[in-house]
Amino acid sequence: MSNKYWQGFGELNDSEKFQKRVDDEFRDELPFEDFDSKGLLDAKAPRRDFLKYLGFSTAAATLAASCKTKVREAIPYGNKPDNLVPGEAKYYATTYTQGGDAVPVIAKVRDGRPIKIEGNDYLSATNGGTSARVQASVLDLYDMHRLRFPLRKAGSKFEESMYDVLDKAIAAELAAAGSVVLLTSTINSPSTLEIIAKNPKIRLVQYDAVSYNGILLANEASGFGRKIPSYKFDQASVIVSLGADFLGTWLSSEENAAGYAKGRRIDEKNPVMSKHYQFESFLSLTGSNADERFTHRPSQTGAVALALLAAVGGGVAAPAITDSRLNAGIAKVAAELKAAGGKALVVSGSNDVNVQLVVNAINNAIGAYGTTIDWSRADQSRKGTDKEFADLLAQMEGGQVDALLIHEANPVYDYFDGKRFASALSKIRTTVSFGYRMDETTELCKYILPSPHYLESWGDAEPKTGIYSFIQPTIFPLFKTRPFQTSLLKWSGSAEDYDTYVKNFWHQKAGSETAYHKALENGMLEEAASGSGSFNGSAVAAAATAIAAHPAGGKDELVLYEKVSIGPGYGAVNPWLQELPDAVSKANWGSYALISLPKAKELGIVTDVDYEYYPDKPVIKISDGKNTIEVPILVTPGMNANTIAIAVGYGRGEKLGKTAAGVGVNVFPFASMAKDGSGISYFVTNVTVANTGRKEKVAQTQIHNSYEGRVEVVRETTLATYRQKPNEILDFRNKLVENYAKNTGDFRKEATLYGDHEKPGIKWGMNIDMNACTGCSACVVACHAENNVPVVGKSEVLRYHDMHWLRIDRYFVSDEKDPDNLKGVVFQPMLCQHCDNAPCENVCPVAATNHSSEGINQMAYNRCIGTRYCANNCPFKVRRFNWADYTGADSFANNQDQKLVGVLDPVVHQMNDAVSRMVLNPDVTVRSRGVMEKCSFCIQRLQHAKLEAKKENRPLQDGEAKTACQQACATNAIVFGDARDAHSAISLVRLNNPQRLFYSLEQLHVLPNVSYFSKIRNTDEIIGGNGHGAEGGHGEAHGATVPAAEKHEEAAHH
Amino acid sequence: MTISKYIINRFFLIILTLFTLSWFNTISAQDADGKTLFLSKCASCHAPDMKTNSTGPALFGVEGQWEDKSKLHEWIRNNQKLIASGYPQAVETSKLTANVMSVFPDLTDPQIDAILKYIDEKGSGKLDGGKGGQANGPAGAAAGEGDSSQHPLLYGVITLILALAALILIFVNRNLKKISDDTEGKKTPDAVPFLQNKIYLATAAILLFIVGGYFTTKAMINMNRQKNYEPKQPIFYSHKVHAGINQINCLYCHGNAWESKTAAIPSVNVCMNCHKTIQKYNGPELKDKNGNPVDGTAEIAKLYQYAGFDPQNPDAWDANKAKPIDWVKIHNLPDHVYFNHSQHVRVGNVQCQTCHGEITGMDEVHQFAELSMGWCVNCHRQTKVNFNVDSASGNQFYSIYEKFHNDIKSGKMDSVTVKDIGGLECQKCHY
Repeated sequence: MSNKYWQGFGELNDSEKFQKRVDDEFRDELPFEDFDSKGLLDAKAPRRDFLKYLGFSTAAATLAASCKTKVREAIPYGNKPDNLVPGEAKYYATTYTQGGDAVPVIAKVRDGRPIKIEGNDYLSATNGGTSARVQASVLDLYDMHRLRFPLRKAGSKFEESMYDVLDKAIAAELAAAGSVVLLTSTINSPSTLEIIAKNPKIRLVQYDAVSYNGILLANEASGFGRKIPSYKFDQASVIVSLGADFLGTWLSSEENAAGYAKGRRIDEKNPVMSKHYQFESFLSLTGSNADERFTHRPSQTGAVALALLAAVGGGVAAPAITDSRLNAGIAKVAAELKAAGGKALVVSGSNDVNVQLVVNAINNAIGAYGTTIDWSRADQSRKGTDKEFADLLAQMEGGQVDALLIHEANPVYDYFDGKRFASALSKIRTTVSFGYRMDETTELCKYILPSPHYLESWGDAEPKTGIYSFIQPTIFPLFKTRPFQTSLLKWSGSAEDYDTYVKNFWHQKAGSETAYHKALENGMLEEAASGSGSFNGSAVAAAATAIAAHPAGGKDELVLYEKVSIGPGYGAVNPWLQELPDAVSKANWGSYALISLPKAKELGIVTDVDYEYYPDKPVIKISDGKNTIEVPILVTPGMNANTIAIAVGYGRGEKLGKTAAGVGVNVFPFASMAKDGSGISYFVTNVTVANTGRKEKVAQTQIHNSYEGRVEVVRETTLATYRQKPNEILDFRNKLVENYAKNTGDFRKEATLYGDHEKPGIKWGMNIDMNACTGCSACVVACHAENNVPVVGKSEVLRYHDMHWLRIDRYFVSDEKDPDNLKGVVFQPMLCQHCDNAPCENVCPVAATNHSSEGINQMAYNRCIGTRYCANNCPFKVRRFNWADYTGADSFANNQDQKLVGVLDPVVHQMNDAVSRMVLNPDVTVRSRGVMEKCSFCIQRLQHAKLEAKKENRPLQDGEAKTACQQACATNAIVFGDARDAHSAISLVRLNNPQRLFYSLEQLHVLPNVSYFSKIRNTDEIIGGNGHGAEGGHGEAHGATVPAAEKHEEAAHH
Repeated sequence: MTISKYIINRFFLIILTLFTLSWFNTISAQDADGKTLFLSKCASCHAPDMKTNSTGPALFGVEGQWEDKSKLHEWIRNNQKLIASGYPQAVETSKLTANVMSVFPDLTDPQIDAILKYIDEKGSGKLDGGKGGQANGPAGAAAGEGDSSQHPLLYGVITLILALAALILIFVNRNLKKISDDTEGKKTPDAVPFLQNKIYLATAAILLFIVGGYFTTKAMINMNRQKNYEPKQPIFYSHKVHAGINQINCLYCHGNAWESKTAAIPSVNVCMNCHKTIQKYNGPELKDKNGNPVDGTAEIAKLYQYAGFDPQNPDAWDANKAKPIDWVKIHNLPDHVYFNHSQHVRVGNVQCQTCHGEITGMDEVHQFAELSMGWCVNCHRQTKVNFNVDSASGNQFYSIYEKFHNDIKSGKMDSVTVKDIGGLECQKCHY
């Protein structure tokens, strides 16, 4: 039995229409008015139009070009700071912080402007990895919708005020107030906590947008204290996730992914890897990476955990589960967990204390504590408990709170009962927001004292106990902002501001000024790890009873989840993150409901080619009795049949600006508090679902490209198959040599009519290990930031005008006949392959794209005349065309909106705002309308590295030149370097992995400089034939598969 | 008719040759000579007339004072080491002034020899004769190159005269032929009047098309190019006075060119390093480009305005109060061009004058080079890269180019140009 690799239903079902669409790659007609299908001769006024355009453009070009060259000024400093070299970047270690997350980073600062965030690998904590949100955070700094000065409410409107005026007013009000509450997201800054502690009048309430209450309370009940441990995914040979999206959004996902990838890498001589099981209700990013997945209803979460505990010998009675596949899965997983000898780990994404207690019991039973769960470094990123917040809400309503200070918390939007919070807020006399933007909660407050961005601030963070990460400013504050700590200090009568406070705090703590400066330079400071915990199982029995009493779900259930890009709503205001396609659904810009194939059928939705062909997706109506929403659907394989999944974070307030406004719907109101008040649950066990018959557009990428049935784009196999036939890929490659290079055995030289390029010096090469890639998409945003890749907005994505230079291709793996029985998902980062025999180069009529002696497929924008022949001829579909003037680079000012091209979305204009444009990398040209662009291997970084080496009179060291995607990757899936140097990392990694190494579409003899390691799923399934490299489509290639292993197939299902 | 055809053909040939010639626009890169080396390395401390003591002692005759020439080389490269080794002459020399001499470990033997030769020639007055132009080195050569822009006009005038002569000759020839035919009694048709002669008209039209087309194209290519652009600056800052007469090293003010992509205009505090004490201009009379006299002292006073400096009370000056000066940018590259000064100045050892012209002779600076892509590429084609990685002079970065090193050793190649290492590739400058 062979597997089918498919990107969408159109391709899976492979119809005539799909074929037609594939043939018609650039579907947009030339933008002539009145031009219909009659042909040029019969059109209304084609010749005249032509002459008009010709005349106008000639005249316009002449006018534009003959205008007097404008006088440019070169203004030096008055007094240049000593350590500053204009035109050269400086790097400062600082820390990304948001909602409790703290990731040590290095900010690249060019001429006083931070323009890029890179990972800081000084300590192993994050391994230098970043996430998409960390990468995109620099754009938040330049958000035109930031609050720019302090405000106070006068009537229903806000008016600008001054800090000293507000300080006096607020200090007086606070002095008169009986009870003052500071509501924040989790704070892990030691200095801030000290300031709050010194101020006894202020009560701190920490509130997390998406609650981790369950795990905190369960750990407390298990005797570990109210904290979250560090999880060592690299130590686990069996990883079981009960709905925890630990590679995407769950706790320190960068660190989790780094550890996880270590266990996934394969040594070809001894192919072993960790085994990852996922139990979940919908197809999450982490689930997509799992070796084996089992789906269940959200209401069964507890039952599954309990059944697993029973199966590993927990001595509890589990409620019956009727799904036989799920039952078999639990039995199999339990057996493996027990056999792992402590090298196993179970994590759960549930916010239910009882479920987490059961998970703790499982971890205890399998010996995970001390091996894969580390209590010496507690995770400090989430501390809020739901009861504490609910109590606060009750006190607010009861008039027991006189003043509420809100920092980085937005309950009006992200609390399930935001309306109740809003009305309680209106009863409080003094409400102060330290908001960054005019978010839903901030706009209801009386005073607003805007906070600076982390790149403008001093500060500190303690993401894990004993690991400190420092925040230092990289730019003078752009607006009249002030850290909220300064306000607290001022209002408590201190003359010190926070900047001085944090300096003194660390001078003392680090021992000396020098030690502090050293720590600042490194960005981090480490204290010895300490602390341990022992499990106390006394609460497990009660938890089991409570779970058993959970009511069964109704016909349909709804689960809320976080997207990697948007999170609980932080990313919705960031254009790069809105534009980032979700790795699993490939959709950006808006809400949609993931539904299963059977559910679609039940609702009368046909997943035929029309469904795939048009972006218009059927809209369903979902109601839980209290809330009703209508959202378009995306039919997704591998879902639990009766579960619908919708991402939180959309449907933000109008005042947050052009990016967030009007995008998607807010589904937080569907969450609910458990009956006993112990925690919020992010699923609804009984919803009614109906097809409205209406359709709405969902912007998706990838689905419009096709590899024309060429199956060797991506290669994937199972560990069992790989062990049995390790040389499958090698054989394929040898066969190419046999067939096309009979005489010399040199496939590169013999199998072509063209000559080879000379490469006297460096030859750049990249390798991507698909076993290490988790699809987290940090690289995609890093590429955006580094290369000034434009944001095009939803309307343009709908027209397939998305501009990502690097995309994560997602392939579903299943039997052709049974698409819903998903065997796996393959993520393949696809970027320009920099072919040495590039099809794009041959067809360019003006030689705008050609080859460099270093193996780079170059693109000279100013030479390009926009024929798009190159994109048509590219087998990998990585070239991107500027259909409009997205970056404002045209010679004509304000050329974004054109009558003929169409009006662009507001977000494009936002990105062209003078403040937003400060994020542009000055070393990379902004492309104008009508030119082609694509991945350049970050040529500016390579040139810079080479120049540094030359300046220091030495050869280039391996690893010195890094591409942005490689730098961003948390799992080091990308290796890059000089492939001509036999000792470089790229040469060694290729040399040592001959069996998994493949070049995408190698048989085309395009000779890519990007190689891949095939993806290996750790299952026992034996895949027959050679059909496991595929884009799918239609293909005779599949016909060649041999059903040799059908009996193994059956075995695999056990 | 055959004769006139012949002449017309000739005529085209001449025109074509002329056009072809005028396209050549070559800039030759030259190795650093003694003068430029002296000016860039030594002149900030040693007086350029070689005869007066400055921060460092006068240098004329220095070669004769050292017995062991290799020790002198060592001294120049790293005087501290030589002093530390206890070499008597070094110890003695170090006592000449209270100042410590900088070290120049990068200087090669031929370079030091060139400097010493220049010191000797300059000091003995050999260079002050009429051959100054020759000694100007690359700057002179580059300036000479600038004259090539005059050639098309010269050629044009000559061509016009020749063409007129040819035309007269044709008429004379024809008349003579007619007379001889008449005398021989042969009948010849009456000559077609000049303006109705289709051949002449066609020739004129084609000529107009070619010449007009040539100039139109050239004008369009040159749009937005600003060769010889010399805007008025907020302060009449004379490079001639600073870099020429006073021999201040370019990198003293434009040190950024050593580190970064931009050469950067010095900040006000750099100007004030000297002008805190130099408050009056006593040099030769200054004239602006229109020939009007300029009061140097008044221009220095303008600087004080920006700097917020009171000459009466110099100690009270606070550099942080200085306001930046709005200089007008002269050398503008399009946004899609990446140019890095440090690559050229530090790595490539290119003299500033190669691209900026004889800056030491300019009062207000004008754009010397065309800064067109053809101009860049020409230099990349011709400039040799120092591949001599076995000696200290060559950059070790190039050691990985095995093939080229082998080819040089085997004599297949005599030198490696910037072009050979990818200097003509699009993404060297466009990304």
